[in-house]
Amino acid sequence: MSDKPLIAVNNLVRYYGNTCAVDNISFELRAGDILGFLGPNGAGKSTTMQMLSGNLAPNAGEIRIDGVDLFDRPGAAKAALGYLPETPPLYKEMSVDEYLVYCAKLHRIGRRDIGDAVALAKSRCGLESSGRRLIGNLSKGYQQRVGIAQAIVHSPRVIILDEPTVGLDPIQIREIRELMVELGRTHGIILSTHILPEIEAVCNRVQIIHEGRLVYSAGLDELLSRQLSGEYELTLASPPPLDSLGAMKGFEHVEALGDNDFIVHTSIDAQTLARRAVENGWGLSRLTPHERTLEQIFVDLTLGDKTGRAPLKTEIP
Amino acid sequence: MIITIALRELRTMFLSPLAWTVLAVVQIVLAWTFFTQMDYFFALQKELATMQNAPGVTDLVAAPLLEVASIVLLMVTPLLTMRLISEERRNGTLSLLLSAPLSMTEIVLGKYLGIVLFLLIFVLMIALMPLSLLMGTELDLGKLAAGVLGLSLLLCSFAASGLLLSSLTTNPVIAAISSFGLLLLLWIVGRNGGDSGDAFSYLSILDHYVPMLRGIIDTADVAYFILFIATFLLLTIRQMDAQRLQS
Repeated sequence: MSDKPLIAVNNLVRYYGNTCAVDNISFELRAGDILGFLGPNGAGKSTTMQMLSGNLAPNAGEIRIDGVDLFDRPGAAKAALGYLPETPPLYKEMSVDEYLVYCAKLHRIGRRDIGDAVALAKSRCGLESSGRRLIGNLSKGYQQRVGIAQAIVHSPRVIILDEPTVGLDPIQIREIRELMVELGRTHGIILSTHILPEIEAVCNRVQIIHEGRLVYSAGLDELLSRQLSGEYELTLASPPPLDSLGAMKGFEHVEALGDNDFIVHTSIDAQTLARRAVENGWGLSRLTPHERTLEQIFVDLTLGDKTGRAPLKTEIP
Repeated sequence: MIITIALRELRTMFLSPLAWTVLAVVQIVLAWTFFTQMDYFFALQKELATMQNAPGVTDLVAAPLLEVASIVLLMVTPLLTMRLISEERRNGTLSLLLSAPLSMTEIVLGKYLGIVLFLLIFVLMIALMPLSLLMGTELDLGKLAAGVLGLSLLLCSFAASGLLLSSLTTNPVIAAISSFGLLLLLWIVGRNGGDSGDAFSYLSILDHYVPMLRGIIDTADVAYFILFIATFLLLTIRQMDAQRLQS
């Protein structure tokens, strides 16, 4: 991983009229990163993506792509960028080949290299046999593939994908995810989605944006390690009363999920917990670590203020 | 890069039935005009033979043809320019151009050149009609060339104003109606019955076009068209840049 970030965003602000869509966002993307951008609808994901790709101008802030300022030298900065917007920018009356050649030309690929670039993009997106078909006649999934091919045809260092797997069938989704992981080895990718498993499957970093602000930012490995945080789910065939269970030594807090199911917050480890359950004759039938999934973090952060629960402590660099 | 965009624009136009239909309809209407003017010319021939400095076939056939052509194309050009930017904005394809390493000037000029190339096909087709008379008679080629230049400049101006109005909206129909209205207004604004030296008359497109049909190329008229085109193209570029901040 190089020292220079592929994308550096500083204090980005964007208003629509009086509504603040993006409020002072800063982050970085490094080579080899696949950054998942997560947020409820209307949180400012697409706005941020559009600003990164030069489609929208921010009201304040700075964007550097591959070290080049997007506003001082837009040409050079955009050359390092591939962008798939929410609706793929496809000319329906053109064939796939014509369209990709046109995109390659727009990105100033030399005449001699265009054929190779288009062939590579097509094979990566599984479009080898659709070259001569009209884009308008392709299915939604294939149109999405053409959109992705368009974003990678000039081998940009940074790829920005706004909801790339929308409208694809499960097999295509798997293929596109594999493609993203493959591309992520050599390029930096920003992926916006609200499909949580997709982030867990593909990304190595995740950011959650809510009401225009960045509320969570962490590596996915960090997230996974935090999942084992001293919370266990227990299923007991003959549980003691909840009060006495809560009063057990080392148990900080016990939540009852049903008659037999409990979540125990504790400082003692699983082994000790199991032994104690057996010694007390609770009829232990299940003991699993309680995982704090991305989904829970997401829900906690975005609904935290509405349900009255305190949002998680966030770690913003 | 400008040419890449222009050629795609031109190709797209021929991929849709609109361009073919418009070409065909305009050609039929103008062919009929050409035919009736020829008829008129033959009817007048006896009187013309006795006149001194009689108007020739160029004045009686080619000039009226080009004048009718300008009115027909005044109505047709907005239909061709309406989708240039508005449709791309609506379909979301504009972001392909905006996220490519292109300047706004290149995008706008590319689009403009595309439609201008298409309109020049019109000019060529129209010019072929009087030129076909060369088979049987002599033409005042200088006068015809002045008229064709005038028509070309006129169409380039139509296209530039249509491009601006297409960049202002996402609805092609609104773009078509507003650019038609603008052109019509600029067409009739000189006909206020006042003396021809006032400002309205200077703004009128017609007053700068008609002299060219008579074979008079005044630098003031040429400058008018060039300023007209440059103004509308600059406004389009400014408008597109501003929309990145607003929308």
